[in-house]
Amino acid sequence: MENYNMNLTLKVWRQKNSAEKGGFQTYQVKNVSSEMSFLEMIDVLNEDLINEGKDPIAFDHDCREGICGMCSMYINGRPHGPWQNNTVCQLHMRAYKDGDTIVVEPWRANAFPVIKDLMVDRSAFDRIIQAGGYISVNTGSPVDANAIPIEKDKADAAFAAAACIGCGACVAACKNSSAMLFLSAKASHLALLPQGAPERKSRALAMVAQMDKEGFGSCTNTGACEAVCPKGISIENIARLNREYMCAAAVSDKG
Amino acid sequence: MKWSEIFTSSVGKKWIIALTGLFLITFLIVHAGLNACIWVNDGGTMFNAGAHFMGSTVVIRIVEVGLMLGFVLHIVQGIMLEIQNRRTRKIGYAVAMGNKGSKWYSRSMGLLGTLILIFLVIHLSHFWIPNRSNQGWLLGEEINLYERMKITFQELWVVIVYVVGCISLAWHLLHGFQSAFRTIGVTNKKYLKMLNALGTGFSIIVPFVFALMPISFYLGWIK
Ligand code: HEM
Ligand code: SF4
Ligand code: FES
Repeated sequence: MENYNMNLTLKVWRQKNSAEKGGFQTYQVKNVSSEMSFLEMIDVLNEDLINEGKDPIAFDHDCREGICGMCSMYINGRPHGPWQNNTVCQLHMRAYKDGDTIVVEPWRANAFPVIKDLMVDRSAFDRIIQAGGYISVNTGSPVDANAIPIEKDKADAAFAAAACIGCGACVAACKNSSAMLFLSAKASHLALLPQGAPERKSRALAMVAQMDKEGFGSCTNTGACEAVCPKGISIENIARLNREYMCAAAVSDKG
Repeated sequence: MKWSEIFTSSVGKKWIIALTGLFLITFLIVHAGLNACIWVNDGGTMFNAGAHFMGSTVVIRIVEVGLMLGFVLHIVQGIMLEIQNRRTRKIGYAVAMGNKGSKWYSRSMGLLGTLILIFLVIHLSHFWIPNRSNQGWLLGEEINLYERMKITFQELWVVIVYVVGCISLAWHLLHGFQSAFRTIGVTNKKYLKMLNALGTGFSIIVPFVFALMPISFYLGWIK
């Protein structure tokens, strides 16, 4: 595809800190190359802002190759921008044309408070993982890789669920700010494997309890999460988690 | 884990809504089936016989209490869910996501449910409440429900309210039918495909049959 340059109008959410009220600021960005990534375009804008003695736009990013899950921008009404199965860092400016107006907002959810500008605090996800998204193993010498036979279909489904990078786009897209796609991916990739079996029940209960405590909503199966997930995590995982949860809750004899 | 903890959790609440929702769906089948007797066009003899069976059989009257409980649980949990879910995002987006990734009716279950609830109150006050109160709320003399339908559905506004109620039900079920099975943990693709097709058919046919009833009386297709 041919390279072209464009001039853009950006409306970006600016907010000094979590306590202060934020608002949109409009910026004109000139001569943006279609070969830049979206984040590089913001980098260029930030250079300009710094040169003008202004505060650059704060945003999360790390790997810039679609694997870490740090980047998080809600662009023109869609988390991670217009492309399917894609993170913002892998969104390229060829998605836009000269004269476009682009509105950039942070993830919105009470459970993801804004730290600054486009950066939100996603440590609620860490606490959900800490509640049960792990397996307990004895340390020591590593076990032989293929010591436990695993059915291919299950291994594949577990692998697909394990692809979740914890970006939070699912929460950002959900009308209920539900974290169920994330949670169910994290619970599924363990529940599908024999190594995850011993803690299967306590895991489902603990992770859901933590999710509720963090202030995420209930899943109503609208499918918005699946549509924006950069890793194509299937909503089928949510159904699996629903089953895991009730199987564990119904037989639990505490209380 | 206590039952109270289970059924107030985000997932547990959905289980209640799904199970009661599926129960209400089975009720719709019975209700539509029995009411279809009006199209025999025999002046209500067959319909009234069916209605009499439903109103005077002790076992069915006990099941009716279960049905009311199902409605109450579904509505209470549904409204609680809607309120809690609406509170999870204090600051909204400037550019709404809209239909990018989800259907409008899947996002409007609370609204559609409320429309059904309003319809339900009107509907019960037309038939169920007068009939049961005539029976002294026990097993007393029933009113002629067929005649009552004939009179009620002479008014255009009533027919419109019923049709709007049925349309709301159709949209509610178009999402709810398949969603309920996801909520109770069906992951098997083969069955989900079947249930999706079944759900779409059900959501269109059953409300359509219901809507045809007041229309049939209004247009004088049945006497
Ligand atoms: C005959 C009447 C009704 C039937 C057959 C019905 C059926 C269903 C079904 C099958 C579901 C899906 C459950 C799930 O996703 O797990 C559902 C969800 C729901 N219903 Fe109903 N419902 C009826 C009436 C009502 C009424 C009167 C209200 C409330 C005022 C209501 C409010 C809701 C809400 C808020 C949900 C949750 C939305 C969601 O999870 O997507 N429903 N209903
Ligand atoms: S499920 Fe998808 S959208 Fe949600 S956190 Fe994981 S990778 Fe991001
Ligand atoms: S910066 Fe790592 S996924 Fe985008």
